[in-house]
Amino acid sequence: MLVRPKDGILDPQGEAVERALEHLGFAVSGARVGKVVDLDVQGDDEGAARAQVEKMCEQLLANPLVESYEIELHG
Amino acid sequence: MIPQPRVGVVTYPGSQDDRDALWALAAVDADAVPIWHDDAELPDVDAVVLPGGFSYGDYLRCGAIARFSPATAAVCDFAERGGLVLGICNGFQVLCEAGLLPGVLLRNESLRFVCRDVALRVERADTPFTSRCEPGQTIVVPVKHGDGRYVPPPDLDPAQVVLRYVENPNGSVDDIAGVCSKRGNVLGLMPHPEHAVDPLLGSADGALLLASLVEAARERALAPASAPDLIRPYV
Repeated sequence: MLVRPKDGILDPQGEAVERALEHLGFAVSGARVGKVVDLDVQGDDEGAARAQVEKMCEQLLANPLVESYEIELHG
Repeated sequence: MIPQPRVGVVTYPGSQDDRDALWALAAVDADAVPIWHDDAELPDVDAVVLPGGFSYGDYLRCGAIARFSPATAAVCDFAERGGLVLGICNGFQVLCEAGLLPGVLLRNESLRFVCRDVALRVERADTPFTSRCEPGQTIVVPVKHGDGRYVPPPDLDPAQVVLRYVENPNGSVDDIAGVCSKRGNVLGLMPHPEHAVDPLLGSADGALLLASLVEAARERALAPASAPDLIRPYV
């Protein structure tokens, strides 16, 4: 799963990364820094596994006030 | 004889300021007792302090793992029964993650760790944590944190803002340095009152906050059934 700072939440880390990339000569904008959590989960099917991970995100892995999350499943 | 109220200080793995908090509370006439993070039941206390530090390494997000410790669950029960809870720095982060206080604390806007005395404006002097202050009074208390940028929820009641930075050191929204729960029995703040209880430490203003807490705890020890509504909202 991918956790990102929500739109509108100041991300100084992203800004610092953007400045560093500009320093290297890359023309970039809108850098945001999030995090990746890789997990193995058991589930009868993809839907059940996804529902489980969604609960994990809501309860612990992301703070819904300031972070959004995206789940990617690989069988 | 005036009874000494008993104030517990929780020690998590990674707590750093627990012993300073015990010392400072004793200095303002509390019977300060340590509480171990693994204890599912609190001792008989009139108030609880969650100290600064880096509980459980602050993995994932600050305070996110400490929320699951048995002592935190006991503190949540205590707060729900109206118990007085003060969270300092990492303790504030734990209280936010545990849902006892609104909002969240993120990386400082500057990306730098800040460690210096800051001036705070007391927005509310009618809470159990600020009764020794005057409304609008400026007090000097040190901060030391890398993740102190407070982001409130969109619906934060302004009456819950107890302390504001005079000069914002970390990018906190609306200069917020300390917020209380709706009932007013839980306060979280990033500055460290326990490091400012003696002029030799640069300021004794932190003692105003801790002595307010101890006084409120003493009143509760004397009349535990009273004071269901501790603060009156402005709005």
